[in-house]
Amino acid sequence: MNVADWVVLLGTIVGIAAYGSWRTRHVRSLNTYLRGSTSAGWGTIGLSVMATQASAITFLSIPGQGFESGIGFVQNYFGLPLALIIVCAVFLPMYRRLNVYTAYEFLGQRFDEKTRLLGAGLFLLQRGLAAGVTIYAPAIIISTVLGWPLDLVIVFTGLLVIVYTVTGGSEAVALTHKWQMAVISAGMVTAMVVLLLRLPDGLGFSGAAHVAGALGKLQAVDFSLDPSRRYTVWTGVFGGLFLSLSYFGTDQSQVQRYIGGASLREGRLGLMFNAVLKIPMQFVILLLGALLFVFYQFAPHPVFFNQAEWRRHAQDSRFHAIEAEHATAVAQSQSAIRAWLEARTSDDAGREASARTAMVAAGDRTREIRAEAKAALAAADPRAKTQDSDYVFITFILTQLPHGAVGLLVAVMFASALSSKASELAALGTTTTIDFWRHFRPLAAADEARNVRVARRFTALWGVVAVAFALFAGFAENLIESINILGSIFYGVLLGLFVVAFFFRRVGGPAVCLAAVTAQALVIVMYFSLNIGYLWYNLIGCAACIAFSVALQAVLPPRARADEGRAG
Amino acid sequence: MTPAPRPDEPSEAEPPDVPGFRTWRGIYLFVFAWFVLVVILLAVFTGIFA
Repeated sequence: MNVADWVVLLGTIVGIAAYGSWRTRHVRSLNTYLRGSTSAGWGTIGLSVMATQASAITFLSIPGQGFESGIGFVQNYFGLPLALIIVCAVFLPMYRRLNVYTAYEFLGQRFDEKTRLLGAGLFLLQRGLAAGVTIYAPAIIISTVLGWPLDLVIVFTGLLVIVYTVTGGSEAVALTHKWQMAVISAGMVTAMVVLLLRLPDGLGFSGAAHVAGALGKLQAVDFSLDPSRRYTVWTGVFGGLFLSLSYFGTDQSQVQRYIGGASLREGRLGLMFNAVLKIPMQFVILLLGALLFVFYQFAPHPVFFNQAEWRRHAQDSRFHAIEAEHATAVAQSQSAIRAWLEARTSDDAGREASARTAMVAAGDRTREIRAEAKAALAAADPRAKTQDSDYVFITFILTQLPHGAVGLLVAVMFASALSSKASELAALGTTTTIDFWRHFRPLAAADEARNVRVARRFTALWGVVAVAFALFAGFAENLIESINILGSIFYGVLLGLFVVAFFFRRVGGPAVCLAAVTAQALVIVMYFSLNIGYLWYNLIGCAACIAFSVALQAVLPPRARADEGRAG
Repeated sequence: MTPAPRPDEPSEAEPPDVPGFRTWRGIYLFVFAWFVLVVILLAVFTGIFA
């Protein structure tokens, strides 16, 4: 990075944070601090919802996913538009009608205070533990590639987001989201344009897409019913619907983005904006990854993209032999691709078929060598990081983009890290203040200024916890997966509480509260005794919570279920 | 205290005030149709290139 890159990076990232803090420095109203501006339109809400979901990992990992496994991952988002329609039609009108600050207040009004505390507690546990990861995960990649000290990246990112989130609360979060999304969009468009311009002469988008397709990277949809396939239309629609409903309907970091605003109409249109744009947006990011794959068929590239990790271990002749073998395989693959492109235009079907077979075989050989490289790393050090797909896009950025654009793309990574982190901190601070602090100090609720002060302190406290956690996260192995597992263990029961609240109106507080605790215990026991994919615990937790609620409502004595249907 | 419920919040029957749409149901149908169209386009894309 040179001076131009630094100017762009600091100008955008620090500039947006400073602008957000300055514009919202006079926020004194609790409503504005927790729910954002009362005049926010659908565009602001829609961009804020989008920026919250788009973390730095989205822009680092998803192109890598397209590079490594193709664009089939787009199917994971198929349930999202359907979930947003349900949130618009059912969840949002209820939240607005009850005028709540948090989703868990709704549980209190629908059931009772115990259930509200349970829901808020599950959210804090899950989000609080994940808080450090949203800083740590991108920081480890950025610091590795750029050679910056990891702790410095974590502290810089953490402090920046704490300053503007604490200062202006939800209003600052929404305001900065708009500009952060502008930076992200400009950066991703720049990367795509540069990538297309850097493709070999005569190849163009169409030629590159045909190469990517022939090498198995462009299967966007798969209607297979084979349960062993990870991404199909069916897992996307059903699994994606379930996950998106949990995330958009019950996670305060998203709920807080759309319950404010000028009116119900603005919130709904903001969500519909996401329902329409999300799949095309993810498709383009994945396509970028697939085109990167084609680009690297013609450009020199390392056998392992996490070069810092590779250099740390690749000391002996075995590694040098793998590097040499890889260079030869890439050259052969390149010749095979060119031969196939030529054969495609020859109108000779037999020649085209044999050229395609040779190209696929050459591609397979390159993939085998990459696998050998990873195995060699693991053999040299069992703790070595053997996944490098997250490093593919950032390697392209640093080696192929012109100066200035490099700064812009690094700013994309920081902007996305800050945008998701800010929503998370605001949600954690709000839930702690509204669902816990005010619950235990009901007399303080009338003092608005004190409420804002307390919300600021809790937001800052969660920020410090997140930074501290991120600083020590390096000691834990497979940290990100552990956090995902923990999220799956708690997310299902939380969604179950809301599904019962909305759709099972005869079920009362005592039944659902007991059911949720039982379902949570069941999920935890199952996790320690079964060996199934952790994503299934989302479904199991939700289904168990619903089933137990209905059953308990039927068997509990009349006094215990006397409060049925309070706010439903 | 949490603010009182909003008695003045527009009802479900309130028009969305979006050109071409008279009801929210119409907007939801449009979004669903858009989703179906996107899946079809992705299937066509797969058919052409994969």
